Amino acid sequence: METSILAKAIVCGCSALGAGVAMIGGLGPGIGEGYAVGKALESMARQPEMKGTLTTTMLMGCAVAETTGLYSLIIALILLFVNPFTGLF
Amino acid sequence: MDLDITGAKILISKPEWGGFMLTETVVVTWGVMLVLILGAWFLTRNLEVHPTKNRQIVAEMIVGAFDNLVGTNMGAKYVSTWYLPFIGALFCLSLGCSLSSLIGCYAPTSDLSTVLAWALLVFALITYNKIRSGGILGYLKSYTDPIPVMTPFNIIGEIATPVSMAFRHFGNIASGSVITALIYGGLSALSGLVLGLLPGALGETLSNIPIFAAGIPAVLSLYFDFFSSFLQAFIFCMLTMMYVSSAAGDGAQ
Repeated sequence: METSILAKAIVCGCSALGAGVAMIGGLGPGIGEGYAVGKALESMARQPEMKGTLTTTMLMGCAVAETTGLYSLIIALILLFVNPFTGLF
Repeated sequence: MDLDITGAKILISKPEWGGFMLTETVVVTWGVMLVLILGAWFLTRNLEVHPTKNRQIVAEMIVGAFDNLVGTNMGAKYVSTWYLPFIGALFCLSLGCSLSSLIGCYAPTSDLSTVLAWALLVFALITYNKIRSGGILGYLKSYTDPIPVMTPFNIIGEIATPVSMAFRHFGNIASGSVITALIYGGLSALSGLVLGLLPGALGETLSNIPIFAAGIPAVLSLYFDFFSSFLQAFIFCMLTMMYVSSAAGDGAQ
């Protein structure tokens, strides 16, 4: 089916725009993990002998909190490199 | 920029066998499995009761570390079950697969299929343990806790467990490889641009050599490849242990 250049241009442009908007979700994990690391540093200052356990638990919590940021990154990568909407019509 | 950010390459495709496809992922996983098996065989040759060789001390260190991990996170009674070698194998396989991108191979864990398969395996373990500790009726009834209106949310939460485990692992490793590819492409283009400004034939020959792309990606791969692989393998195993032990009703001590 023949599609005009204008239609394809609109779809490509909107895909790029969507990818940019999706990455606004990268704000959340940055703030949350920074807060978690701050709290971990406070606890380490209060009880320096627990440093190993605190570091391990902090890294685990950071990795779990990172998940939603990764979801938005995956949406952005799919929109940019897989171009799912250009083949739909 | 000659970038190529795609998924796994399909090496052999035979639609007449019912859609059989052999991808790069599977072949690199075979390579990692071979390295792990040979390593394990080499480390456990000629074991003695009182170790005199370095080889045996390394093997004992590795087994002791996994002993500690499983004992702390699942409870002491799981150390003598088959969960110990399972967690050890999962950790080593995930680490080996993610680190294989350092030698230029396509990392199997940057393909969602590999990680999703492991996550579904863990989901099957969790469900089995829940049914074993509460019975089928108890398992079905646990979806209506605390009030029956919460059933759809409990179902969504249950499905979210393997999906989030898979996507966390896949997203970290795959985005690391995408960012490294982008940095390589960007630095090569930059060096081609800057060196092309030199006059005459010197500029033409030098602009084809990506000089700026030497060194900087190696420093960045310390985070994206080394640290990220270790952390993601560790997180996957920790989450497995926590979910399984809480499904069996024990919880961490």
